[in-house]
Amino acid sequence: MTADVPGRTGLSLSELAMVPVRLAMSFIDAPLRWVQKTFGLGGMATFFLLPNMLIFGIFVLLPFFINFAYSMTGGTALFLPDRSFVGTDQYARLFDCANYLDPNSCVEDTFWTAVGNTGWFVVLQVTLMIGFSLVTALILNRDLRARSFWRAVFFFPVLLSPVVVGLIWKWILQRQGLLNFGLFSFGFEPHVWLNDRTWSFAATVGVSIWAHMGFYTLIILAGLQAIPKDLYEAAEMDGTRTSRVFLRITLPLLMPNLLVVIVLVLIRAVQIFDEVYVLTGGGPGTSTLYLTQYIYETGFATQLRNPGLAAAASILMGVVLVVLTLLQLGLSRPSEKKGSRK
Amino acid sequence: MGHIKLTNVAKSFGSIDVLHEINLEIADSEFVVFVGPSGCGKSTLLRIIAGLEKPTGGELAIDGKVVNSVPAADRGLAMVFQSYALYPHMSVRQNLAFGLENTKMPTAEITERIGEAARMLEIERYLDRRPGQLSGGQRQRVAIGRAIVRRPVAFLLDEPLSNLDAELRGSTRAEIAALHSRLSATMIYVTHDQVEAMTLADRIVVLRAGRIEQIGTPMELYNSPTNRFVAGFIGSPHMNFLEGTVESSSSGKAVATFAGGHRLDLPVDDASVATGSRVTLGVRPQHVSIGTGTEGISAKIKLVEALGSETIVHTDVAGQKILVVAPGQHDLAPGADIRLSLSAAPLHLFNEKGLRLEHAL
Amino acid sequence: MSRAVEFLFRRKGGKGWHWTDIVTWVWLVGGLFIMFGPAVWLVGSSFKSPAALAEFPPTILPYVTQKATVEAYDKPLDLYEVTLEDGSKATLAEVRRIGVVSQMVDPVKPGEIVKVNIANRTPVRQMSFAAENYTEPFTHFDFVRYLWNSVFVTVTATLITLVVNSMAAFALSKYEFRGRTFAMLLILATLMVPLSVIMVPLYSIVSVLGLFNNLWGVILPTVATPTGVFILRQYMLTIPDELIDAARMDKASEWQIYWRIILPLTAPALAVLAIFSVVWRWNDFLWPLIVLSRKELYTLQVGLSIYSGELNVQWHFILAMTVVTMIPVVLVFLFLQRFITTGIAGTGLK
Repeated sequence: MTADVPGRTGLSLSELAMVPVRLAMSFIDAPLRWVQKTFGLGGMATFFLLPNMLIFGIFVLLPFFINFAYSMTGGTALFLPDRSFVGTDQYARLFDCANYLDPNSCVEDTFWTAVGNTGWFVVLQVTLMIGFSLVTALILNRDLRARSFWRAVFFFPVLLSPVVVGLIWKWILQRQGLLNFGLFSFGFEPHVWLNDRTWSFAATVGVSIWAHMGFYTLIILAGLQAIPKDLYEAAEMDGTRTSRVFLRITLPLLMPNLLVVIVLVLIRAVQIFDEVYVLTGGGPGTSTLYLTQYIYETGFATQLRNPGLAAAASILMGVVLVVLTLLQLGLSRPSEKKGSRK
Repeated sequence: MGHIKLTNVAKSFGSIDVLHEINLEIADSEFVVFVGPSGCGKSTLLRIIAGLEKPTGGELAIDGKVVNSVPAADRGLAMVFQSYALYPHMSVRQNLAFGLENTKMPTAEITERIGEAARMLEIERYLDRRPGQLSGGQRQRVAIGRAIVRRPVAFLLDEPLSNLDAELRGSTRAEIAALHSRLSATMIYVTHDQVEAMTLADRIVVLRAGRIEQIGTPMELYNSPTNRFVAGFIGSPHMNFLEGTVESSSSGKAVATFAGGHRLDLPVDDASVATGSRVTLGVRPQHVSIGTGTEGISAKIKLVEALGSETIVHTDVAGQKILVVAPGQHDLAPGADIRLSLSAAPLHLFNEKGLRLEHAL
Repeated sequence: MSRAVEFLFRRKGGKGWHWTDIVTWVWLVGGLFIMFGPAVWLVGSSFKSPAALAEFPPTILPYVTQKATVEAYDKPLDLYEVTLEDGSKATLAEVRRIGVVSQMVDPVKPGEIVKVNIANRTPVRQMSFAAENYTEPFTHFDFVRYLWNSVFVTVTATLITLVVNSMAAFALSKYEFRGRTFAMLLILATLMVPLSVIMVPLYSIVSVLGLFNNLWGVILPTVATPTGVFILRQYMLTIPDELIDAARMDKASEWQIYWRIILPLTAPALAVLAIFSVVWRWNDFLWPLIVLSRKELYTLQVGLSIYSGELNVQWHFILAMTVVTMIPVVLVFLFLQRFITTGIAGTGLK
């Protein structure tokens, strides 16, 4: 709130800038008064809600429902009316395997490769992400000088676009990159990291942790700071050991917050795409091909695109996400935290 | 101008009835106060008159025109809210002008009205400040000013003093009274504070649980409350009540015994007081006097609050609390036995249902 | 610098060092390098010439080998510091290299070829910032176009997001109407329908609406964000209803209440949403990649990724353009970091 000087005359610059907006708004006002008079407050509520609901209905709800229709049709045509009904064939195709433990024995072997890769990715990434974020949050919650500086350090990559993240690391991991230079200075052989199946997989895990851990660190840190200080002081008076304080006070009180974070990380990990697509493009081979990229390539990118199959796969992924989201809502209800979506 | 009539107005939220069949007529330029404990429906009644709530039954007329379906903005009323509800992002001047601009009033007239109201309320110096930079009392004036500039048919005031400290409350109360006589506009004022009601009102409407308990001038309510609730609600400290039993009753004359063995002849008009029925005797603390000798009701002193100008004595009469407000200073100690005299006191009698019994005591 | 370090590292209370203190500082300093290092390296590299980028081991700062134009040679020749057989030193220009032997000339006496073992020469280098990495893409490529597309998408989408979501939040926080809970649940349910699940049908809907290869096709599907509605509604619930009653008594229409009372009072929440929206829309990748197939419509993110995926990756341009793409987000980070971090901590939103 600005301290207005009494007796001030004339228009300020911001008021001047508002003049056209005011004009436009009063222009809209006349027809809306009519709406209000004719349809009452309920009518106005509908009016205010309508643009959002319309956009939301067309671009979220409608696609959600016709996705089921897509998954029941075949062919390469894009528009639903042009497509032939095939029932559950697409699902049958996805699940057509000679040996369920071996992706190569499946008709859609790339789908199962993507599922397997995503599974491993989720397990590794979520574990490491939670571990790193938790340790970082615990450290940031200590009696630190310049805490907000250190917090900013870990938060920095969160705002970077996935494309930028992918390119930064592609540049660092390439043959003449910084990593090889570092290893070279210590006498190690340079290695083309992203041409190696194992290392490129590890790179996608590492890079995605690098890019997002600052975000989860913040949420966990907020949870840590919500724990009353006097509990720690009481523990100190009792002479409790550090490890015991962590296990008996910090961890139990942080648990609700931590569970929400775990599910959030899970939901995001299942959908991993952007930075990996730029970093490895799913390669080498199919070693870093994840589900979203499989859906994208099946639906759009390949020569023989199959939107029906992509829709079927996306619905299977949707089921997983719905379960996870419900889990999150169930977990977050007591602590009143909201979920997030871009 | 400013004649408001409510006929069988009712309001329910879902299955909960907040107001039952309210009938009330408010004359032009009258100052009417709605008073009652919290949750009695007085604010809802005011909001129905304002047009901010729709009644679920009955009829509301302003100056002879039924306004049930007229939106709040077009009823010609102005309201002062409990929280003042000043627009925090606008200066005082803009706050006052907002409602006038919405009626497409010429700028010159807006300026003139704001100037006039500001002079009246002595807020000229603050016109370019934001509400956040004002004290509670100043905000309260601005809120009243916002109502004044509208030149409404009637002012609706919803507990306007409840956010002020005690001292300011007293002076602002006096200003509102002065404002009413100056503007001679209809004012409807909601409060839970019976002192405000007594000092401001031409007529008081006492509400309880969505029903009108009594309508009358402050003195009518004070001197002849129609039931036990009104008797207890109006007046400070609260009226004392003594439970008693009718011993004998015959043709216009009954005798009752009250706690502490006090016997009283009840010259009751109607014969509804049957032998054995219970009655309540009400007497205001100011009307009880500390007796001398052995006359009166015997009581034990529990607590003495000496205020200098008067002394409040908490006594116990056979397990019932009786409060005495005695003018001046008295040398009394807790634990002592005293006699209370009702001989000079106006007494109120209520039957089993709490209704007033007319009598000639 | 040393005072800053001292400030950062000094322990509060000045007690002795516990093992956790050592872990703390190792972690923090390691974090400093790992989190900032890559971005700094990127920025440093973006100023190197293609030749310097191809070098291994790389240098930290951008150096180029000095060149000299020598008579009778068309191209400028690289200059080397050479130790001659007699032990004297000279600055010579390399004509060609055969095996381990380099044929060199003295720029002052171009007629005479000197043969030098490559072990005995070191390039003459000086620091040089390759500004053309930045200027070339803007003049010869479509990056100005991409930049404009990104700015257009970000600004338009953010404005629409603010208007549409604040209107919905107003309706959902200040009106009682049938279906309000249903509408809330519907919006809540959107949290479960991320883009990766609906991209196939969404693509067809966008195509039917004629928005394929259209920036509006990128903008519209993103503007009705449930998180936006949530934070605004949450904030509007704290605005007292009496203000709205007062405005109604003041003969304000509902639209006026929305834009003259509610919007100004929701400004802090609108600012938070605006910042997030700018970052989200600027960084969007998958959906623009699907909707935009014509080069002139690419956003920066799509353009960058497509260029970096080409066979002849021109890293010097890619790196420079990556830096350009980073700039708005880094500015947001520098100036609004504290604002954002408290916003996230409060709402759990990204």
